[in-house]
Amino acid sequence: MAEFLMPQLGADMTAGKLLRWRKNIGDRILRGDIIADVETDKADIEIEVFTSGVIERFLVQPGEKVPVGTLLAIIQEDGKPAVAEPGHIPLVAPGLPQPVTPTLLPPVIAARPPLMERRPGRQRISPAARTLAANLGIDPGSLAGTGPEGRVTLEDVQRAEQANAAKPMPELVLDRQARMRQVIAAAMARSKREIPHYYLSTTIDMSRAMTWLTQENLKRSVEDRLVYGVLLLKAVALALHEVPELNSVWIDGKATQNSDVHVGVAVSLRGGGLVAPALHHTDRLSPGELMKNFRDLIQRARAGSLRSSELSDPTVTVTSLGEQGVETVFGIIYPPQVALVGFGRVVERPWSVAGQIVSRPVIVATLSADHRVSDGHRGGLFLAAVDRKLQEPESL
Amino acid sequence: MLTQMTYREAVRAALRQALRSDPRVFLMGEDVGRYGGAFAVSHGLLAEFGPERIRDTPLSESVFVGAGIGAALGGARPIVEIMTVNFSMLAMDQILNNAATLRHMSGGQFNVPLVVRVATGGGRQMAAQHSHSLEGWYAHIPGIQVLTPATVADAYGMLLAALREPDPVFIFEHATLYPLEGEVDETAEPVEIRRAAVRRSGSDVTLVTYGGTLGKTMQAADLLAQDGIEADVIDLRTLRPLDRSTILDSISKTHRAVLVDEAWRTGSFAAEISAQIMENAFDDLDAPVARVCSAEVPMPYAKHLETAALPKVEEIVSAAQELISRHG
Amino acid sequence: MATTSISERTTVDREHGLFLLREMLRIRRFEEKAAEMYSLQKIHGFLHLYIGEEATGVGTMQAFRPEDAIVATYREHGHALARGLPSTVLMAEMFGKATGCSHGHGGSMHFFDVSRRFYGGYAIVGGGLPIAVGLALADKLQNKQRVTACYFGDGAVAEGEFHESLNLAALWKLPVLFLCENNLYAMGTALVRHQAQTDIALKAASYGLASQAVDGMDVLAVEAAAKQAADAVRNGNGPVLLELRTYRFRAHSMSDPDLYRSKEEIEEWKKRDPISLFESRLREWRLLTEVDGTRLEREVAAEIDEAVRFAEASPFEPVEELLKDVSGPLKC
Repeated sequence: MAEFLMPQLGADMTAGKLLRWRKNIGDRILRGDIIADVETDKADIEIEVFTSGVIERFLVQPGEKVPVGTLLAIIQEDGKPAVAEPGHIPLVAPGLPQPVTPTLLPPVIAARPPLMERRPGRQRISPAARTLAANLGIDPGSLAGTGPEGRVTLEDVQRAEQANAAKPMPELVLDRQARMRQVIAAAMARSKREIPHYYLSTTIDMSRAMTWLTQENLKRSVEDRLVYGVLLLKAVALALHEVPELNSVWIDGKATQNSDVHVGVAVSLRGGGLVAPALHHTDRLSPGELMKNFRDLIQRARAGSLRSSELSDPTVTVTSLGEQGVETVFGIIYPPQVALVGFGRVVERPWSVAGQIVSRPVIVATLSADHRVSDGHRGGLFLAAVDRKLQEPESL
Repeated sequence: MLTQMTYREAVRAALRQALRSDPRVFLMGEDVGRYGGAFAVSHGLLAEFGPERIRDTPLSESVFVGAGIGAALGGARPIVEIMTVNFSMLAMDQILNNAATLRHMSGGQFNVPLVVRVATGGGRQMAAQHSHSLEGWYAHIPGIQVLTPATVADAYGMLLAALREPDPVFIFEHATLYPLEGEVDETAEPVEIRRAAVRRSGSDVTLVTYGGTLGKTMQAADLLAQDGIEADVIDLRTLRPLDRSTILDSISKTHRAVLVDEAWRTGSFAAEISAQIMENAFDDLDAPVARVCSAEVPMPYAKHLETAALPKVEEIVSAAQELISRHG
Repeated sequence: MATTSISERTTVDREHGLFLLREMLRIRRFEEKAAEMYSLQKIHGFLHLYIGEEATGVGTMQAFRPEDAIVATYREHGHALARGLPSTVLMAEMFGKATGCSHGHGGSMHFFDVSRRFYGGYAIVGGGLPIAVGLALADKLQNKQRVTACYFGDGAVAEGEFHESLNLAALWKLPVLFLCENNLYAMGTALVRHQAQTDIALKAASYGLASQAVDGMDVLAVEAAAKQAADAVRNGNGPVLLELRTYRFRAHSMSDPDLYRSKEEIEEWKKRDPISLFESRLREWRLLTEVDGTRLEREVAAEIDEAVRFAEASPFEPVEELLKDVSGPLKC
């Protein structure tokens, strides 16, 4: 039994349409006979059969277009040709291999030689990444690259920038907190080691401030209401004008005064951890503005979306633990700052006014200061100034 | 022992040496015999070696290049001279479809030990049809080697080395180099043809070139040095196979490269080198690879236009300077 | 430039007669099998069949010795077989197998065999002529008394390389036997449509070559003319051109729908089928019996079947060896 398939009739032929059979079922055919007419893109072609025998069956009907290789007809083949006579020398090439097995075409994957030589060179960093790192002031040498062969990519630099700005991915929170603990630990240890702290405290009568606050808040909508904390911050900021050396940074063995006052506000984070971002130009903002910024700052601090400048810019820090019920706070200075102001809870206490005992809301304000930069005299002047400012809340 | 001679004389000396030492060698091409060679390279050789070995051919580039292939197959060692690269187009079929392919197409049964010398380049006001630089087209073809000797010593050494190669070698002689003076050691060891040469050392910028533009590139390097910019100058010597290592070594030092190529800029061989540098020295680069090539115009006849079209020393200098200033 | 025809031949001895017939039959059956294999997609790309032209290849090949060189075209199966390349390695080559005569790198159009000085196999029309001139040049330079046979078609006569090659061969008196197999068509263009002067032997004469036109359907005429011409070339008389007038019964290639020839013309030429003509001559001279005929067919069929089996069973070259043989060591 022999199969007759749709033949390949040209290099670009993929299918052919059977136009007509030239023979019938049951016809005897000889090898070389024309068995059908096929239409191709180029022309109508007569197709010949390669076996002799009797046509048994047609599998494709005239009018059908089929791909090359499709079974068209079955032919009952004549008996096999007789074996070669003795004396005939078959032409067998040396090394004739195994019995016929279908051979698969090799996969179309060219074995390409190494076109490229990866050479050990400088740090692998893409030109784009290098440019960005330069613009951001990031040392590319400090970066681990995630690109091929450890190449530092644009993304690596961007990620580093975000890390510097404490812009963590939410899923990194846990790690981040652990890291933060470490950072705080290191900073605090260093602070205690290197900074000769001295501590001062004073108790301030807050009655005027609180009265002013209440009246002020009557004029404001709920969202805009001030909290007393902003009065404290403003008072501290203004007081620093009088004792400016407390608004310095200590770097490389010397103090440099800041002309701007950016009070860092210590904010505790949910889940633990502390951050003290700056309220820029605290001294220039009105209580209302301060409130707005303060609220925004707290929210962003808690959400983990502070700006890098907010972390790098505080010139002095204020920490307030009133809400925790603590009356007096003696904090540790955040280097390279040289002072930290602490406030406790506002409490009603007996107060002497003109020889009479009255009940007044009071708050304890403390100063932790770097004795290399200021002394108790100056620190005392500062706290006195804070007190004075809080006695004139309308001028804050 | 060094002898002072011109580039032209160096090629002649190499031909003479080859013809004397190997009876299978013969030279064939247009006007190589009685005329003494269009560029006077083969002057005197007909008298010394006779018409069987110094064969003047008809103006039939296709048959005499093809016959060179056939003669090489048949056991001879032909040196075919195509008068200039401009006429080589007429033999392109034999070169591409026979010389480059016979080995592979036959399954490795044959090699074609053929050497073809071709004069090339512009700058002598020969106008559009006589000023081409097509070495890059040849360097595109697997199966052949493309040599571009730029010094007198290489004009001598590379021809003799080419005659030892089992596969076809095309040697491009920039026509402006023929009168160049230099030194040749005729007793020297055979030169290595597959390595580029560093003609000048510096660590601020890499200048890469070949053939006829080596002179301009060296001049540019001198001018840059006056500005305190020290250049590595690499003479490729051979385009195919390309000695990439020498280029990459230099760039790992300088981080900046200018490629100088007399061909038209688009699809020039400089484009290929630039791609290879990008692929292999990406992290070493401080600036994009610059190219100084010919303007995209058929070579004009008028001198000032021709000069404007060809690569210029000032262009090379400013390309290098820009790499340094722009990128720090 | 007389055309030598069969009527001038008296006879041939039985052994040689049967040999010539067998050689032509081998080619015919090989080509038919190749067509079948192509239609079954075992052979790909281009396939140019020699059916109808067997007498020119077989007849001329009798004039050449093992030390001579053969340069052919893409329609080369007949020349390769007549030269002695085994049908097994030729079929394997067309199947693209590593055991092919060109290791599967060339296919139908690029057969090479260094041991039999078979130098291809050129797909560019006219591309082999300069190579043949060069081979002859090498022989002359090395004082080797050998002939380079250069086969080409009527189409090549239009290419510049034909003119350049004949001129140079004649000018330098090179031992090339130019064999133009004029089958009247350059693919789809009839000779009368592409040549102002269709007498090819005359063209050659104008370049100073001795030339002759021969009836290409008569194997004995071809053989006689070729032997005479080859002897002249071998003896250093310079190149000779034979124009062998023949016809291909199939289309130019498997891709050709053959729309440019009439069925009548083809049928007319088929009446001069070189194999049938020679068979009847041999019978007339009582050199071929019925038994001989049957036996020949059977043996040839077996050989061809074997070639297919060999080709089928052969391996492909591993793809890792793709870049081998682009360049390499000295062979020539």
